[in-house]
Amino acid sequence: MIESILAPSVFASAIRLATPYVFASVGEMFGQRSGVLNLGVDGIMLMGAFFSYYVALLTGNLLLALLAAVLVGALMGLAMAFISVTLKAEQGISGIGVYLFGLGMSELLFQKLVGTPRSVDGFPRVAIPILSDIQFLSLGEIFFNHNLLVYVAFALIPIAAFILNRTPFGLMIRAVGQHPEAADAMGVSVVRVRYITVIIGGILAGVAGASLSTALLKVFQQNLTSGLGFIAVALVYFGRWRPFGVLAGALLFSFVNALQLQISALGIDVPSEFAVMAPYVITIIALVFASKQTEKPTALTKPFDRGG
Amino acid sequence: MVSTTTRALLNRLFNVVPLLVAVIAALVVASFLLAALNADIATAYGAMFQGAFGTVNATAETLVKAIPILFVAIGICVAFRGNVVNIGGEGQMIFGALAGVAVTLWIGESLGVLVVPLALIAGFVAGGFFGGLAGYLKAFFNVNEILSTIMLNQVAVQIMNYLLNGPLLDPAAAGSNNIPKTARIAEIAELPRLVFGLPGMSEPLFDRTRLHYGFVIAVVLAIVIYILLWRTAIGYRIRAVGYNERASRYAGIKVGRQMVLAMFLAGGCAGLAGAVQVLGLQYRLQTDGSPAGFTGGAGFNGIVAALFGGLNPFGAIPASIFFGGLLVGAQNMQRAVGIPAALVTTINGLIVVFVVSSQIFTQVRNRRRAKLLIQPERIEARAATAETPL
Repeated sequence: MIESILAPSVFASAIRLATPYVFASVGEMFGQRSGVLNLGVDGIMLMGAFFSYYVALLTGNLLLALLAAVLVGALMGLAMAFISVTLKAEQGISGIGVYLFGLGMSELLFQKLVGTPRSVDGFPRVAIPILSDIQFLSLGEIFFNHNLLVYVAFALIPIAAFILNRTPFGLMIRAVGQHPEAADAMGVSVVRVRYITVIIGGILAGVAGASLSTALLKVFQQNLTSGLGFIAVALVYFGRWRPFGVLAGALLFSFVNALQLQISALGIDVPSEFAVMAPYVITIIALVFASKQTEKPTALTKPFDRGG
Repeated sequence: MVSTTTRALLNRLFNVVPLLVAVIAALVVASFLLAALNADIATAYGAMFQGAFGTVNATAETLVKAIPILFVAIGICVAFRGNVVNIGGEGQMIFGALAGVAVTLWIGESLGVLVVPLALIAGFVAGGFFGGLAGYLKAFFNVNEILSTIMLNQVAVQIMNYLLNGPLLDPAAAGSNNIPKTARIAEIAELPRLVFGLPGMSEPLFDRTRLHYGFVIAVVLAIVIYILLWRTAIGYRIRAVGYNERASRYAGIKVGRQMVLAMFLAGGCAGLAGAVQVLGLQYRLQTDGSPAGFTGGAGFNGIVAALFGGLNPFGAIPASIFFGGLLVGAQNMQRAVGIPAALVTTINGLIVVFVVSSQIFTQVRNRRRAKLLIQPERIEARAATAETPL
C-alpha cells in the first residue's frame, strides 16, 4: 500500500507539478523584495497560459508559444507596475482587478478563438543522457526525465538567489524594498527598480501559465489555474522572501498535489474534497507560522512618495 | 465664501465623479475589445441594455442578480472602511448558505414562519464566523487577510461539495447523477415574491417574476450598516482603525478587536447573501461543483460594486443593480453578437483597476487640504468625518 502511494512516479510528478509554482513565486518574490505586492499573478498566468496554448495550437512552434507568454506577461506586468508604482494604487485591490481582467479575458478569447478544448502537443520530455539512467532510488526517473521547462524552473532558483544576493542590481532591489528613502538618497531610482521587478514578475507569471497549458496539461480551459497563482503569492511569504525557501514551499505543495492525484488514482476511500482542500489549509497554517515575518520587506505594499 | 452645505455637496460630487469616470473608462476600453473582436459596439451595448432593463421581467432578473451582490458589497464597505481587505465573499456566502439551509431543513415546519429569521441569523453567524477567522488571523498572527480569505474560499467550496454529496444530499436524488443538491426547503420558509401594487396601476409591478423579498432585506441592511458605521461608537472605532491604525492605538482603541469585528460583519453580510439566495430563489442549495457554481461570482462582484459605490452602503445599492444588469445583459449580448459573457468579468477587472487608480486624484486633493489642518484635534475631527475610501 504505502509503496504504491510513495512510488517514484509520485515524486517525479511532484517535481513536474512544482514548475508553475516555482516560476510564479520566484517572479512574485522579485516584486515583493522591491516593495510591490502583485496579487494579479493568477490573472497573468491565465493570460500567459492562453496565449502560449493558442500560439502552439496555431503554429505548433513551442518557442513562439513561450515567447507569446513572455510578451503578454511583460505587458501585464507593465500595467501592474504603472497602476501600483506610478498611480500608487492600493496594491491588494488593484491586483484583484488585474486578476479579474485576466480571468475574464482569457476565457473570452478562448471561447471566441478556440471554442472547444483541443489538446496541443506541447513540450516533450527530454531525458538527460546518462543522468536519467541512474537506477539508485529511481533518481534518474524522478529528476532527469522531464520537459524542458521543468529544468529551466529549477535552474531559475540559484540564478535568482545569485542576482538577489550577489549583484549590484540585487542590492538595489533589496534596498528599495527595505528603505526606499535611503535608496533614493543614494541615487537609486525607486520607480525604475520597481518597474523592472514587477515586469520580471509578470514575465515569469506568463511563463508559469505557459508551463501549465503547454507543458503539464497540454490544454486550455476556463480558469485553468483555479487559484494556483494565489498560492504562488502565499508561497513567497511561506518561503520568507528567499528563492530556496520559495522552492521548498513549491515542492511541499506539488508533493501534496501529486499525493492527492495518486490517492485518487489508487481509488483509496478518502473523500476527495478533503484531499483537494488540503493544500489551502496547509497554506493558511504555514502563513500562521510564517507570521513573525522578520524578513518581510519593510516597504512591502507601501507606495514610494518622494515628497516635496 | 461658499456655504458649508454647498461645500459638503461639492465634496460629495468630487467623490462621485472619479468613480463614474472610472466606469466609463472601463466601458470604453471594453468597446475597443469588442471592436477588435469584430462586434458592432452599439449593437452589443444595446443588446446588453435591452437584456438588462428592456422588459419588466428583465429588470426583475437584474434585481434578482443584484441581491447577493448588494449583500456582499455592504459587508465589503465595513471591511474596507476598517482597512481590512476581504476577498472571502465567495466562501462566506457559501457558509451562510450551508448554515441557512441546514437550519431550515432541520427545523422544517415545526416552528412556523419563525424558521425564516432563524435561518437568516444562522447564515449571518456562519458567514461572520468565517470572516472573523480571517480577521483574527490578521489581528493576532499577522496573516495577510487577502491570502487567508482566498484560501478559505477554496476550503468553503470543498466543504460544500462534501456536504452536498454526503450529509446534506437530497435523499430523493441519492444515487442519481444529478447535480449535487439538498432537499427542497419547506414552503413556509420561502421568502415571498416581491410585487408592487399601487392604486391606479392596471396590474401590479413585477407580478409573476422571480424578484423576492431578499431585495428589501438587503436595502434594510444597507440602512442598518450605514447607521452602524457613521452614527455609532462601534462604527467610529472601525473607521478610526481603518483611517490611522497607529493613532487609534494611541487613543486606546483595541485595534485587533476592531479588525475581527469588521471582518465578522463583512462575513456576516456575505453569509446573509447565501442564506437569502437559498430561501428566496433556489429553495435548496445546489452547485455544479465549481467555485462559482452556487454564488455566481457574487463574492467577487460585490467587491467591485462596493468600490463603485464609493464604499458607502447606499452607494452600493445602485452599483449592485448596475452590476446585476451587466451580468443579465451579457447573456443577451452573447446571443445577439456572439461575444462571450466572460466580457463582464473583464469589465469588472477594468473597473476595479480604474477605480483604485483614480484614488490618486482624490488623495492629492486631500493632502493639499491636510496641509492646512496641521493641528492634531482638527486631524482627529477629520478622521471622524472622513469620506475618503480606504
